[in-house]
Amino acid sequence: MSAQAGVADLAPPEATRAGSGAGPAPVRIVVGYGFWIFLLSDIILFSALFATYAVLRGQTAGGPSGHELFGLRHAGIETLCLLFSSYTCGLGILALGRRRMSAFYLCCALTFLLGATFLSLELSEFAGLLARGAGPSRSAFLSAFFSLVGLHGAHVTVGLLWLIFLVAQTAYRGPLDYVRRRLLCFSLFWHALDIVWVALLTLVYLMGAR
Amino acid sequence: MLGKLTWQAIPFNEPLAMAASAMIVAGIIAILGLITRKGWWPYLWREWLTSVDHKRIGIMYVILALVLLLRGFSDAIMMRTQLAMAAGGAPGYLPPEHYDQIFSAHGTIMIFFMAMPFMIGLMNFVVPLQLGVRDVAFPVLNSISFWLTAAGALLVNVSLMVGEFARTGWLAYPPLSELAFSPGVGVDYYLWSLQISGIGTLLAGINMVTTILKVRAPGMTYMRMPVFCWTALCASMLMVAAFPVLTATFGMLLLDRYAGMHFFTNDGGGNFMMYVNLIWIWGHPEVYILVLPAFGVFSEVVSTFSSKQLFGYRSMVLATLAICVLSFMVWLHHFFTMGAGANVNAVFGIASMIIAIPTGVKLFNWLFTLYRGRIRFEVPVLWTIGFMVTFAIGGMTGVLQAVPPADFVLHNSLFLVAHFHNVIIGAVLFGAMAGYYYWFPKAFGFTLHRGLGVVSFWCWFVGFYLAFFPLYAVGLLGMTRRMQHYADLSWQPYMIVAEVGAVVILCGIVATIAQLVISIRTRDSRKDLTGDPWNGRTLEWSTASPPPAYNFALLPRVESLDAFWVTKQRAAANPPEHYPAIEVPRNSANGFLTAFFAVVSGFALIWHIWWLAILGLAGAVMILVAFGWKERIPVDVSAEQLAEDERNRRQGMVPA
Amino acid sequence: MEENGAPGVIFAARGPGIDENETSANLWTYTAGLAFALLLTAASFIVAQTDLLWPAGVPAGLAVLAVAQMGVHLVFFLHIGTDAEGSNNVLALAFGLLIVGLVVAGSLWIMDHLNANMPTPLQMTEMTQ
Repeated sequence: MSAQAGVADLAPPEATRAGSGAGPAPVRIVVGYGFWIFLLSDIILFSALFATYAVLRGQTAGGPSGHELFGLRHAGIETLCLLFSSYTCGLGILALGRRRMSAFYLCCALTFLLGATFLSLELSEFAGLLARGAGPSRSAFLSAFFSLVGLHGAHVTVGLLWLIFLVAQTAYRGPLDYVRRRLLCFSLFWHALDIVWVALLTLVYLMGAR
Repeated sequence: MLGKLTWQAIPFNEPLAMAASAMIVAGIIAILGLITRKGWWPYLWREWLTSVDHKRIGIMYVILALVLLLRGFSDAIMMRTQLAMAAGGAPGYLPPEHYDQIFSAHGTIMIFFMAMPFMIGLMNFVVPLQLGVRDVAFPVLNSISFWLTAAGALLVNVSLMVGEFARTGWLAYPPLSELAFSPGVGVDYYLWSLQISGIGTLLAGINMVTTILKVRAPGMTYMRMPVFCWTALCASMLMVAAFPVLTATFGMLLLDRYAGMHFFTNDGGGNFMMYVNLIWIWGHPEVYILVLPAFGVFSEVVSTFSSKQLFGYRSMVLATLAICVLSFMVWLHHFFTMGAGANVNAVFGIASMIIAIPTGVKLFNWLFTLYRGRIRFEVPVLWTIGFMVTFAIGGMTGVLQAVPPADFVLHNSLFLVAHFHNVIIGAVLFGAMAGYYYWFPKAFGFTLHRGLGVVSFWCWFVGFYLAFFPLYAVGLLGMTRRMQHYADLSWQPYMIVAEVGAVVILCGIVATIAQLVISIRTRDSRKDLTGDPWNGRTLEWSTASPPPAYNFALLPRVESLDAFWVTKQRAAANPPEHYPAIEVPRNSANGFLTAFFAVVSGFALIWHIWWLAILGLAGAVMILVAFGWKERIPVDVSAEQLAEDERNRRQGMVPA
Repeated sequence: MEENGAPGVIFAARGPGIDENETSANLWTYTAGLAFALLLTAASFIVAQTDLLWPAGVPAGLAVLAVAQMGVHLVFFLHIGTDAEGSNNVLALAFGLLIVGLVVAGSLWIMDHLNANMPTPLQMTEMTQ
């Protein structure tokens, strides 16, 4: 807000050259960069849990291990859901840029549906594990598994709720500047979650099932 | 209905805790009563509590830090007194259960709620002014960050009155901090307050990084930024990188305690060393988060008061960046003795020695700046010289302990305690006090009383050496940290000298309080009319004292390092004829309300009052949604207002 | 469309994500990204479940495929690039990756050594019983 105000107050505009001396960046750049930094911090949050999983993955305390518990077909479907939802999210942003609002809303709906499918598959996996007595309090390995995968699922949940809010705001206010900036941030968030899932799939499911 | 909360939670049977709580409650009621009687609530709400102005938020951070300094210091002097008494078979006056809470609270409060807020407050106030811009990148987020930090501070202090605090030390290692060995609410108070304030700190870091990299005045390239901005950038990058690890680690401990998981428990395959490993991955960058802004303060002070450009600007920047990266490569030196083996210890030991080199580069640059400068021995320069001596010694004892075989003798002894207080007090506290005195006139429009500043410095300086050098000696003699009593009577004289030192430091604190009171009383005679009381070199001194909400009527065009100094050397230009109208962000209650619900949720989670926790979290989400939904309409500042403000500022600059 | 940027700006200001006037982000970049990601996903499942890759090399192979897919996401979906403003994004990413590497690799190295040299917590509890 004030960054934007500051830029508009340049007296003569001749100092507008590319590079680090160009004055305050436009608001869209500032917001996008700040959100990017937040995403990196979020990835570091995940990395602490990844490290813990990697360290504790053998500590099954006499209980079941990944090999016994993980179904790769399940994980494969989840992966496809998330990957396609990332794709539809990207298409939605493209539609927004061209102000094709009905295409935009359709893409948002698809993104939401695919994300919700992912989430329900994950919840059913958790429920199955709990029913088998392989809950997070069974062993260190399972604590690490549930918290790592669960944290990702929690992020997906927050993302879906955020998407509903943003779609509602777009419908109510129209695609204003700040609404479009927030949708851009959402898309960054959603793509980043897919990146984290790739790591999760590889380390937990693909390597764990062997 | 109320979870674990009962009347037993109030420490009726602990006279000291009751007395302290009563004093704090009485003080709070007195202050609230005064504000109500004088009718200051509308002003406070409008101008401070809902402010999104970086200057106001910075000042509030520093106020928080100074208040918590008093709490943290009372813990310190209580410990010193206990140790001066409890020699041979004497029990002292503090029972062990209470003493353990005191040393845990002392560390937690001093690091998280004194040192961090002080540095973040200084960065908040100064950086946008030095960058020549109107505010940070995300002003409302800035307010949220402050209030979440204050929420954490409040929760820690509530633990004094309702319940107990952790008895685990300031890092709460498992298995002691697990439910099996700490079934009470103490560790939960610790964890929830730090999780809440940790979010605030992370957001502050994101804000500052974005501001410094993307929001600078025209012409201010990276190599024309003041060194304080470089150190603020690196400290903020460390905040962004390290605090997520803290959040994750505390999250896992909370899952162990609340959901019966087995990350760090003794059974179920848990491994407490993973906690130690992760917490120090955070913990070492944390101390650089504290010290880098202090180094920045010293860079500014040294160049302003020797009237000389800082020596070796490029090497300063490179050294700061090197420290930033290296700080993530040394963390194992905090647990050399835990059995990782010689190879691992050697790698981290060498890395810990290497990290001393860039700091040495900085020290020499400061010395070379002072050399052949026209030095004015103002109060900040005293703090700086005191820092250079004290921190050099403290740094050396650090490098000594970076040698693993030496550390096997010294780990967790009072030698270690002396070392880290040596560097933290010598650099962070001295830097905080220097920055406080240096930028106070800019913040409030009048200078602080000089004489009491000198008294405060000497009391802190002498008091520090008296309080901590005996600890080096007695640490070498075998005394460990966190002892509530000790058998060896030959250690007692050292403890008594340390107690004297603590009392001298108390005099320094009293002098600082007196300085503030007297300066406010006599403020009319010490007004800063020019905005530039120290003949400064950087852009903050080109504004009025205090600056208007929008900082600069026109963003300055920067053409070199020490931009303001260069401007001053030239003939005065004619004032611009036209000031285009600008916008400033409107106030927002978002931060205050979010923090309110954070406190409610935190308290409820600590006491297992589940319905209240759900309500609190729902409230916080509602605030997020409501404020996100609202349109944010900025406030206009008209061209006429700008022209008038600028006229007043220039009139103040005309010598009387 | 009115964008409140600096007046008279000549360069294309780039943040992560799309600039709305940009032509490089279009249907084809996203579709290509999707196609590559699908290929890499299929490859990792095949590597994990069959003996196509020498068994001892499977973890490394999976890691390489995962990193490649993350790169595909970063380039095709997130548009991480190296022009004027974009270099800040790449630097930030590099710093973040360094930290992630240190946290994960450092923890594994340290904990591995600790576990090799020291009794487990369970053993320590039994020793003190």
